Amino acid sequence: MGLLDHHKKIETHATLLLVLSFLVVTIGGIVQIVPLFYLDNTIEKVEGMRPYSPLEIKGREIYLREGCYNCHSQMIRPMRDEVERYGHYSLAAESMYDHPFQWGSKRTGPDLARLGGRYSDDWHVQHMIDPQSVVPESIMPSYGFMMNRELTRQDAEHVRDIMRVYQILGHPYTDEMMEKAVDDFFAQVDEFGDPVAERYPGAQQRNFDGQDGRVTEMDAIIAYMQMLGTLVDFDTFVPDASR
Amino acid sequence: MWDYVKLAVLALVVVVAAIAASMARDIAYLVHMLVILLAAVITFVWIIRRVGEPVPAHNPNEYMDGPIRYGVIATALWGVVGFLVGVVIAFQLAWPQLNFEWAQGYLNFGRLRPLHTSAVIFAFGGNALIASAFYVVQRTSAARLWGGGLAWFVFWGYQVFIVMAATGYVLGSTQGNEYAEPEWLADLWLTIVWVAFLLVFMGTIIKRREPHIYVANWFYMAFIITVAMLHIVNNIAIPVSVFGSKSVPVWSGVQSAMIQWWYGHNAVGFFLTAGFLGMMYYFIPKQAERPVYSYKLSIMHFWALIFLYIWAGPHHLHYTALPDWAQTLGMTFSIMLWMPSWGGMINGLMTLSGAWDKLRTDPIIRMMVVAVGFYGMATFEGPMMSIKTVNSLSHYTDWTIGHVHSAALGWNGMITFGMLYYLVPKLWQREGLYSLRLVSWHFWLATIGIVLYAASMWVTGIMEGLMWREVDAQGFLVNSFADTVAAKFPMYVVRGLGGVLFLLGAVIMCYNLWKTVTSSGERKPAAAAVPAE
Repeated sequence: MGLLDHHKKIETHATLLLVLSFLVVTIGGIVQIVPLFYLDNTIEKVEGMRPYSPLEIKGREIYLREGCYNCHSQMIRPMRDEVERYGHYSLAAESMYDHPFQWGSKRTGPDLARLGGRYSDDWHVQHMIDPQSVVPESIMPSYGFMMNRELTRQDAEHVRDIMRVYQILGHPYTDEMMEKAVDDFFAQVDEFGDPVAERYPGAQQRNFDGQDGRVTEMDAIIAYMQMLGTLVDFDTFVPDASR
Repeated sequence: MWDYVKLAVLALVVVVAAIAASMARDIAYLVHMLVILLAAVITFVWIIRRVGEPVPAHNPNEYMDGPIRYGVIATALWGVVGFLVGVVIAFQLAWPQLNFEWAQGYLNFGRLRPLHTSAVIFAFGGNALIASAFYVVQRTSAARLWGGGLAWFVFWGYQVFIVMAATGYVLGSTQGNEYAEPEWLADLWLTIVWVAFLLVFMGTIIKRREPHIYVANWFYMAFIITVAMLHIVNNIAIPVSVFGSKSVPVWSGVQSAMIQWWYGHNAVGFFLTAGFLGMMYYFIPKQAERPVYSYKLSIMHFWALIFLYIWAGPHHLHYTALPDWAQTLGMTFSIMLWMPSWGGMINGLMTLSGAWDKLRTDPIIRMMVVAVGFYGMATFEGPMMSIKTVNSLSHYTDWTIGHVHSAALGWNGMITFGMLYYLVPKLWQREGLYSLRLVSWHFWLATIGIVLYAASMWVTGIMEGLMWREVDAQGFLVNSFADTVAAKFPMYVVRGLGGVLFLLGAVIMCYNLWKTVTSSGERKPAAAAVPAE
């Protein structure tokens, strides 16, 4: 065992041991992570993806804040039962504007990647207030307090600040979107307001929580849930066999 | 002079924290600033009371055990807290009414689960690692901890990080990345503390009086430096405002997924494996009074382990939108990882050669051996679950939860308990533990608890995996999702009971250690650093 005898040089030299260990642990990450930033087929070219609207951002913030990702995945795998149960398998492009990704690791509750449009707003309101009243077997906690948490101009401005950071990170928010961010935040819960879909194609605009005169966290979370998985136009999607 | 610099810096911290608190945009940020303010004020008062007082000279040959004693206490207490929160959320999954209405928006499962995972991994595990690293590096280097009071800064700084993380979760401040939930402020603070940890550890090794660096220290070293790398890369984020807790992580979508699981799996690989292997390499030979089984095996499995582990992340992303080449790499390296993992297990178990009779008489060595046994089991189950075909069934199910817990409770928990039982009499200069019978009780409660936990999760995991994919003769899905949730109820109760047993064992341990310290037994003289012959 001549080779292992040379290990004496390393294990008697603290800095050498540290540097060598560090070099050894960097290799795997470099090989697996770096190519994802420049290989062309990592993120599929699709029609329909757009950055989130201000109200949807707020909904997503609430989704993170409450830790929904601890029990719900947003990643449909290409398997018969999952496609049957949840819809078309998820694409990398569909989470390209998610900082961070929300694919999840556990399905204590069902996958939410294509939740948008599956249930009515009324169902969602009822389900968030008392999950067991619509799904008796459910073990989801109640989130009824969201009905009472009103969203203010300050919340809207906070979302605009988040959009600024998204802009730095390369999301295609235009100057017009930034200017109208606060207005759009409130317009999206008003069916007769300035159409948000002009700037955010496919954005749904209505009073999500059914409460008159109040914009609440419930509006935001439902607006987010109702757009999940609805953006990509799968008629024009061609899978890349080499991916 | 140096004291005045410290006081000036602390005064500045107090002022800045007060201003930031008054400008706070959200409650979590406000609380965090108050925590920082309070910590700075306490430190300020503590230092100012000592300015000008004569400094007690310490013998440079004496080990520095103060921070280790505190670390041992923190490990035991955070352990109980973490296990308790685990029991609560386990029962929340069985009975959702336990998400109490009055606490909605604070104590729902989604907020408590990160509290549980962080409390057990980072508070319990982290304190165990820091305390044991400080203990082991001094004994095996025959040198006092480097850096004077820096080790104290590491201990207290780390507790401040834990408090910031825990309050953040309950108040809804999270990055939304599993096991990396703390926001930018806590992340920055942890980075500072971690660099100080690295400095103390390396400084002590560099001034060692033994020519060779002991194998336990290789593992501790790799653990500290790798965790620093993972933490920094995964948490790069842009704060939305310096007066708010919210930040936006720079990574998104598929890259964010890859980086997160590169981080997440190596939190397992380096925090919960390499660091704890360092623990194993010191405390098992000590308790068994036998040398490590094979020196050559430790060289080979050390380098293989740290090289291979870092590749295993993508097995958390099988069949997802992560490109196939990355998934395949992740699976291949995960399977290869089986070998160096078992190298560690063999080296640990075989160290008992010639001392196996101690299993009958010494409940502490029994705990350590069972820990290594669970390590071997979990490192076989892991590679198996990383095979894509198996993963297609096991992913997203409770099987993963069972796997994690047989490793975390069995391996990390048991080896830490063994370490605590070994350390407390040594650190407080007692002849021995208060009661070996209570150690036996702890051992059996914990072991039965783990078995209940793991077995019930295997059953629910495999059951729900099969139920989800079941189709009838016409090709329709047989079960609705809600059916699978209902079917899991009895097993969720069993799992919760397993957790109760494990928690009970830990409480007994705390009592036993408390009595060990407070009972007026004979005091042994403190050990001093003497290089081995």
